[in-house]
Parts: sequence; structure tokens; C-alpha cells
Amino acid sequence: MLGSIGIKPPPEVPMAANSRLRKLYESTVRIRAVENAQNHLWHEGLIPGEIHTGIGEEGIIAGVLEHLTVDDAIACDHRPTGVFTASGVDPTSLLLEMLGHADGLCGGRGGHMHFLSESDRLISDGIVGSAGPAACGFALSAKTLRPGTIAVAFFGEGAMNQGMLMESLNLAKVWNLPVLFVCKDNGWSITTHSGDLLAGDPATRAKAFGLRTDRVNGSDPTKVSATAKRLIDRVRSKHQPALLHARCRRPDGHFLGDPMIRVFDDPVGQTKEIGGPLPGSVRRGSGSRTAQIGALSGLGIRLGSLGMQRIGANRWDPLLRLRAKVGTEAAIEIERRVSAEIRTNVSDALRIAEVSA
Amino acid sequence: MNSQMGYAQAIERAIDSAMTADPRVLTFGEDVRLLRRNLLVGHGADRVMDAPISESAFLGAAVTAAMSGLRPIVEIMLVDFIAVAFDGILNHAAKNTAFSGGTWDVPLVVRASCGGGYADGGQHEQVLWGLLGGIPGIDVVVPSTPADAAGLMTSAIASKRPVVFLEHKLLSDYWLDYLGGNSRPTVEFDVPVEGANGPVDDPIQPVPIGSAVVRRRGSEVTLISLGVGVHRCSEAAESLAGQGVEATVVDLRSVSPLDTETVIRESANTSRVVVVDEDYLRGGLSGEIAALLAEADVPVSFSRVAVEHTIPYARHLEHDALPNVERILAAVHELR
Ligand SMILES: Cc1ncc(C[n+]2csc(CCOP(=O)(O)OP(=O)(O)O)c2C)c(N)n1
Ligand SMILES: [Mg+2]
Repeated sequence: MLGSIGIKPPPEVPMAANSRLRKLYESTVRIRAVENAQNHLWHEGLIPGEIHTGIGEEGIIAGVLEHLTVDDAIACDHRPTGVFTASGVDPTSLLLEMLGHADGLCGGRGGHMHFLSESDRLISDGIVGSAGPAACGFALSAKTLRPGTIAVAFFGEGAMNQGMLMESLNLAKVWNLPVLFVCKDNGWSITTHSGDLLAGDPATRAKAFGLRTDRVNGSDPTKVSATAKRLIDRVRSKHQPALLHARCRRPDGHFLGDPMIRVFDDPVGQTKEIGGPLPGSVRRGSGSRTAQIGALSGLGIRLGSLGMQRIGANRWDPLLRLRAKVGTEAAIEIERRVSAEIRTNVSDALRIAEVSA
Repeated sequence: MNSQMGYAQAIERAIDSAMTADPRVLTFGEDVRLLRRNLLVGHGADRVMDAPISESAFLGAAVTAAMSGLRPIVEIMLVDFIAVAFDGILNHAAKNTAFSGGTWDVPLVVRASCGGGYADGGQHEQVLWGLLGGIPGIDVVVPSTPADAAGLMTSAIASKRPVVFLEHKLLSDYWLDYLGGNSRPTVEFDVPVEGANGPVDDPIQPVPIGSAVVRRRGSEVTLISLGVGVHRCSEAAESLAGQGVEATVVDLRSVSPLDTETVIRESANTSRVVVVDEDYLRGGLSGEIAALLAEADVPVSFSRVAVEHTIPYARHLEHDALPNVERILAAVHELR
């Protein structure tokens, strides 16, 4: 019922794939499989409400988490499935949580934006920017109670405009807190092109506060891993915060069922629904002709560029990139094993929740 | 003349008319260029502005923009997020008129969606109208029908005071689509039909801020509510009528100022009152109504149906946590 995880074999396969690469690949594949399962259950209506998928950002998560220990703490934003999965939280309990079951990670009371696990020191939160202060607090207790451990904050580039996140960069620096800030930059905050509203750029901002920063292509998991390692080693040994800025593409838009992605997938049907009243608005409106034409074309450009996320998605798919390095044979073995494992998690979750999909 | 329209469309119609009539009216907030694309193409990009995810900055800025000639309608996507910008509301919008000796107006509208019933969890489904309504210096309105949504928005824009306009997400089709994933054929939400769609006058009939309305009159018990709660009360009243109990349903429409006259009159008429409030039980609207009745020496037996804990995500738990018809009926039956 998971379907394929959508991976085509690469044309040419390098033969040598070491075990570290395979582990990294396995982590991205596991995240993707859980994300796919979650998305499937959402479409079935078994998961109500919002789901923010992390498909496209698996490389960033796996690449950073590769260098964390069980004693480190993580604060996520509204897209936590990947981090919780890669941290080793039982996927069945994540799925049960999303199904709203009492045996879910949080007894069905948190839901997918509010996964919390005390024993793993992992939290997630639906208030944009809140991962910043949360990671600072974890780091403060780490410094006194668990020396050598660190805290990581995952958030999007849109969150860089939130006051509390900017304040956290300063706080972490002046209090010498071991925090790694990870900005997953997909270029969009819901339907808004973040570049239009973000002065400067995330890395330069952090640098201005005195943080060590690095930029990396988030769709290349090995590069993320190498860069994250450098930063994490420093955060750990020097008790100094750092920021990793990683670009990525997320083909599913902001949340499942994203109306903008629907327009792109079904232009004829959806344009009528979404754009139908526009001519009337133009007629009634008070704007000058130039302002109205400007606004209409602005809308068109926005829809078009959001849709491009989907077209370019394959080139930016972190799993495809890494697969080419891992090699077909090893990759297939990992994919089969992990798919089977997650399929079992799904059927366990459905059996416990007593629903069928 | 009137036409049938959705709740969200009615709000947009009111803003559209105000923007046409008054060039000082503008709207800004996160994603508004797309969410309010009809206003965007009608009035141009200078009056429909996207804001960064910086609520404390843009709400704070809206306060002084209002004090210096503009008529901003600032959007806080979900009222829960107002926490991030609370300073602008609590310490500035609500205070500046008083500090100026009552002379400097703050004609600001803060528009936010509110409410639950679509499994978005405890950080996205609050209403917070009790918290906001307790602050002197700001008004808080909560329409339950398209006509009231248009009418209250029209009054809010015309008002010289800061007004928080709360739009219930179960009634606004696009919010339910965005946040509840209602585009799926596989989910169903308990959307009150009369709240989500209805007739709206053209031109829009302004609804005075601070005036409640009686939706149904009965002699045995008075149900006082607002927002989606009003529709839950109407449904409960229907069921009570089947059992031979006639209920009055009062739709407050404004939390602040509160229509004390209507509340006192309709409570005195039946002497039995149930307040149905989607907000937290303590420190809010339902306790305020009890105090009002006590201060006015209205002898009533009194009960309330409200939210007692953090709203849980799971749908059955969420259903139990929010005011629902069963809880209202139980409260009525338990009244002395
Ligand atoms: C304080 C606050 N404001 C607004 C929102 C609504 N919101 C949820 S996600 C989001 C966009 C976040 O963009 P970004 O940080 O880039 O993360 P992405 O969703 O792209 O991963 C917004 C505006 C919120 N949850 N919290
Ligand atoms: Mg983003």
C-alpha cells in the first residue's frame, strides 16, 4: 500500500559504496517512506487536518542527524516527521499519533505539528520561529547538565524574519550556547516567495551576529553531511553557536492539498475555481488599470514559479543524488528492506487504530 | 437587494467596498496577496501587501499607521499567532487613545481566523476572544453568519477604535480547505450550513459593534453564545423543542463591548442560563456574564459549556473538548 518510493535506477552506477554512505542513504529512504505513508493516510482521510510534508528536505535532516548523539536535543518547526523518524522514534507511534490514537507518541493529543518526546529530548512546534528559543533553552541545560552535548534548531527561511528567531541568534552568541541553527531554505513560506520579503540572506544575517555559518546544497546529502560535521564539531567543542543554510526544493508545496499545487496539476479545472472571480474584482476595483494589470501579472508569475518546484523536483531530489553514489545493488537492498519495515509499521498502526486504508 | 454568499466572501465584499470608497483603507499580512487576490487585482499591490513572518513588527506598525492617517486591516493569520505580536495589541493599540487623553484615535482592524473543529491541534484552534475582550481600549467582534460578517467588518473599518475581527475557520471555506485539507473527498467536518452560507444585503447593512441578536426565542432556558457556538445552540434548541423545552438563543456577536442589556433581559426572561463559549472556561467571557448577572441582581440558575483544557488533536477528543450539542443538552438538563 505504500506504493513505490518513486526511484528510477541511475544510468551509471559507481561500484564502491561504503557503509557510511549506505547508512546515510538508508536514513533518507526511511524518512521518505514514512513521509509517503503519512501522505497516503492523509489522502485517505485517516489523518485529518494539516500535514506539512518534508519530501525534498530528507538530505538536510539525515546529513545533520548523522553527527548527533542520543544526548543531543532537537527543536523542530511544523515539519517534524523527518527529524523524528531519523532520530529513531518508532514510526508506528508517529503514525498512530497522526491517526489520533491513544497509543500514538503523544496519546493522540499533539498531532503532527506537535510531536514531543521527552526521552529523546525532541520537540516540534507550530509557531513559526519558536525552534530558535527552544534550542537555546536545550543548549543552556546541556551546557550545565550534559557538557559536550548540543542543541539543534530546524526551521525554514521564512522563519528567519520572526523576531524571536533573530533574538535567539544573538542570545546563543552572547551566552555561548552550543546551538546549531539549521535553516532549510525551500524559497517559499506558504504562498509567498521568501526572497521578496527577506532582506539580506540567512547566512549573512547570522554572520552579523558573530555565528560561524556555512551554505550548502541541501539536495546533496553527502555535502550536507560534511558541512554539518564541521559545524557540529565546532559547536560541540567550542560552545559556540553556528548556522547552516541549506537550500532544497519541496515538490508538494506548503501542505498536502496545497491549492497552488492543485492549480499547477489541474490548470483548467482549478483556474476556474481560484481565478474565476478575478475579472469581477477588476471591474469593481478602485485601482488604476496599470495597478490592476501589474497585480494580475504578479499573481501569474507567482503561481508559475511555485509550480516550477514540481517540474525541477527530480534534479533536486536528495534520494536520487545519493542513490547514484551508493550504487544500484546496495540501494535496492536498502529500499526493499526499509519499505518492508515501514509497511509493517503502517499495517501495525492501522491494526491498532482499527481502520483500513 | 441581497445575494447568497459564503462567509469569507461576505468579509471580502465588505473590505472591497470599503477600499473602493476610501483610499486610506489598505490590508496587509502574511500571504494576503494570494489569499486576497480579488482585492489585489481590484485595488493594486500598494493596498494589498504581503508581510514577512514578523507579526510583532507589522502589527506594531499598523498601530501608528492607523494613528497617522491610514485605515489598515492587518491580518494575523490565526489568532493563536497574536501571541507573537501581543505587545502591539495590549500595550499600544489598546492604550494610545487613553494615553493621549482620549483624543488620538487608533482606527485599526486586526483580522484573524479562530476556532477549531478540523483537527489542527491546540496551538491553531484557540479563539482567545476572552483574553482579548478583557483589555480596555479594544473592541472584539465574532460574526456567526455571512450577513453579520459583512456588517461587522463594515463597522470595524468605519470605527475609530481598534477592532479585533475574528473569523471562524469552520465557516470560512478557504481556511477549511487550507488547514483542514477539505479538498479531499475523504474528510468531513461539522460545518454549520447557516453560518457558512447565507444572504448578504447589497449595499451591506452595517452591524453595530456591541449589539447582540436573539436568534430564537423560547421561555424556558436562555442559551448565550457566539461564533460557531450559536449554531450548536440552535441545533440543541431544536432538539430541546422536540422534548418540549423552548429555548432562547442569543448571539452576542461582540465580546467587547458586551451587549449587557440584551444579556440581562434575555436571562431574566427565563431565569435559566447556559453560556456556550468556545474559549477557555476560566478568566473569560462566560465568567464575565455570570458576574454581569450577579451585579445586576438577576436571579438565574447558571451553567457554562466551555473549553477546559488544551484542545487535543484527535478528532474524538477534540469533539469532546469543544462545545458540542450533547454537552449543551447535558448542561440544560442539569440546570435547576
Ligand atoms: C507565528 C506564526 N506565524 C504564522 C504562521 C503560519 N505559518 C505556518 S508555516 C508558515 C511559513 C513558514 O515558512 P518557512 O519558515 O520557510 O518554512 P516552510 O514551511 O517553508 O518549511 C507560516 C507563515 C505560524 N504557524 N506561526
Ligand atoms: Mg520555506
